[in-house]
Amino acid sequence: MNTVAAIFKKEFASYFISPIAYVFIVVFLVGTNFMYFQPFFLINQADMRNYFGLLPWVFLFFVPAITMRGWAEERKSKTIELLLTWPVSDAQVVLGKFFAALAFLAVTVALSVTVPVTLFIIGNPDPGPIIGGYAGALLMGAAYLAIGLWVSSHTENQIVAFILAWVAMFVLMIIGHPVVTMKTPSALVPLFSFLGLFTHFESIGRGVIDTRDVIYYLSIAGVFLFLNAQSLGGRKSE
Amino acid sequence: MSEKTGRLMLEVRGLNKRFGQVRAVSDLSFEVRRGEVFGFLGPNGAGKSTTMRIITCFIPPTSGTVLVDGLSTADKDLAVRRKIGYLPESTPLYSDMTVKEYFAFVGQIKGLKGAALKSRTDEMFSVCALTKMADRQIGKLSKGYRQRVGLAQAMIHDPDLLILDEPMSGLDPNQIIEIRNLIKKFGEEKTVIYCSHILSEVSATCDRILIIKDGRVVVTGTPGDLTSGHRGGSRYTARIKGDVASVYRSLRSVAGVSHIDTEVVAPEGWVCARINAEGKEDIGEGIFKCIADNGLSLSELRRDQTSLEEVFTELTGGGK
Ligand SMILES: Nc1ncnc2c1ncn2[C@@H]1O[C@H](COP(=O)(O)OP(=O)(O)OP(=O)(O)O)[C@@H](O)[C@H]1O
Ligand SMILES: [Mg+2]
Repeated sequence: MNTVAAIFKKEFASYFISPIAYVFIVVFLVGTNFMYFQPFFLINQADMRNYFGLLPWVFLFFVPAITMRGWAEERKSKTIELLLTWPVSDAQVVLGKFFAALAFLAVTVALSVTVPVTLFIIGNPDPGPIIGGYAGALLMGAAYLAIGLWVSSHTENQIVAFILAWVAMFVLMIIGHPVVTMKTPSALVPLFSFLGLFTHFESIGRGVIDTRDVIYYLSIAGVFLFLNAQSLGGRKSE
Repeated sequence: MSEKTGRLMLEVRGLNKRFGQVRAVSDLSFEVRRGEVFGFLGPNGAGKSTTMRIITCFIPPTSGTVLVDGLSTADKDLAVRRKIGYLPESTPLYSDMTVKEYFAFVGQIKGLKGAALKSRTDEMFSVCALTKMADRQIGKLSKGYRQRVGLAQAMIHDPDLLILDEPMSGLDPNQIIEIRNLIKKFGEEKTVIYCSHILSEVSATCDRILIIKDGRVVVTGTPGDLTSGHRGGSRYTARIKGDVASVYRSLRSVAGVSHIDTEVVAPEGWVCARINAEGKEDIGEGIFKCIADNGLSLSELRRDQTSLEEVFTELTGGGK
């Protein structure tokens, strides 16, 4: 546990060393606020459904940017050779990195607290769906991050890690979307919409936290964290 | 068997490693005893770093076994890693961290905390002369200081087995001497395996040497064994006053001499002779007597040492 904590601390701090992190935080906040408040003033609806509806798309870019360094940089600078010969298990390193990424994402999302604060000042929104939305955002983020880190463990090029993570997330997201399910054989539709990240976020965005959705996100995260540890153990072609 | 392995720090048996078509290590077997300083030599691409990566559990072998203090890297890899301190070839470090932050991190990872962490860090800082650099960012250190950070992180948890891949590279002469002493001191109780291309360094520090080429063992033994034993003979250099023909004739008559090269040298009338002898026994006395008996005079006579460089070049160089 101490080891996971040590890795967590180092990784979390390293996000704030690079100026890119701050750029991304600012872009994230300005972007989401801007996109949200425009239709908000038009429709004048005092809840955050539209805001949370945007998040899967914003995460699609933001999460790969967080995870691309994860393993790619360790591989490129060869620090992985020391890290993985220290007395730490692959699982400990993977968890340390994952929780650091999740914490960074949580900090960024927490900074968007300006939106609900504005809502409470100007109106009287129902807090349930807002809390549910934030919880859902973190769960979805956890699933995305696990995918991104796993992808990053296969390359030493950060740009490649970014692009492949984007593609992997996009595919997983879109398979539950009506655009795809309309054209797939009807026998596969339930499977696709079950696997799709998107489907599950919609219900959380409405403020309904269904255990099936929670289990879904946690299992996606779990599976990819497991695969990540596997891919470290199998560094045979290194 | 268990009694024997109990005394061995490292046992490598039939090790093979392939990278696609490349055979980096082929059927390599050797052992290292507890308390030995073991030199691992070979030309570029011989498979030294690959072998070290397998021993440190960074990559698994294609086949073969590695036992560290009796524990197999295949199924006890965390326990094995706890026993080992490792400095990889390229000295990979987290360049964003300061030296101090780095050691706090590494120490914690290696299970040190509180007072123990502090005292070990202080000790490493003074041993590797890092105290002045404590607050510097690692990425901005010079090569030699990065090397010291790398060495210090390998030793911080006082491992039983220290594995160093070219630890001397980038160090200044003073620091080389310090690191050499450090390795020797460490090797009094613990075991050190290191590879280096500075052969004089290796012959000065190592109890035993292994030379590999193309992933196979070429020769193993003490530095003394390798340098004296390998041609099965001895060599002498003498400066003699006289003409070439008579010097040659008289030296021929010495028992055991197999080959003589002569060369006229300054001042005039002097000849330098290089004499090869067949046996290992000293024929210096024979040479001296013969020269005196023939009425020649001698200004220098010495028995030449074969250097490790010569052995190395002969065994691994040339050809393919
Ligand atoms: N990851 C890898 N993929 C493919 N081939 C590799 C890999 N690592 C090493 N090799 C090959 O294995 C062989 C042995 O390499 P290794 O790095 O072990 O040599 P070395 O003895 O350490 O040489 P040097 O003195 O140059 O450090 C070389 O032919 C090298 O090209
Ligand atoms: Mg090497």
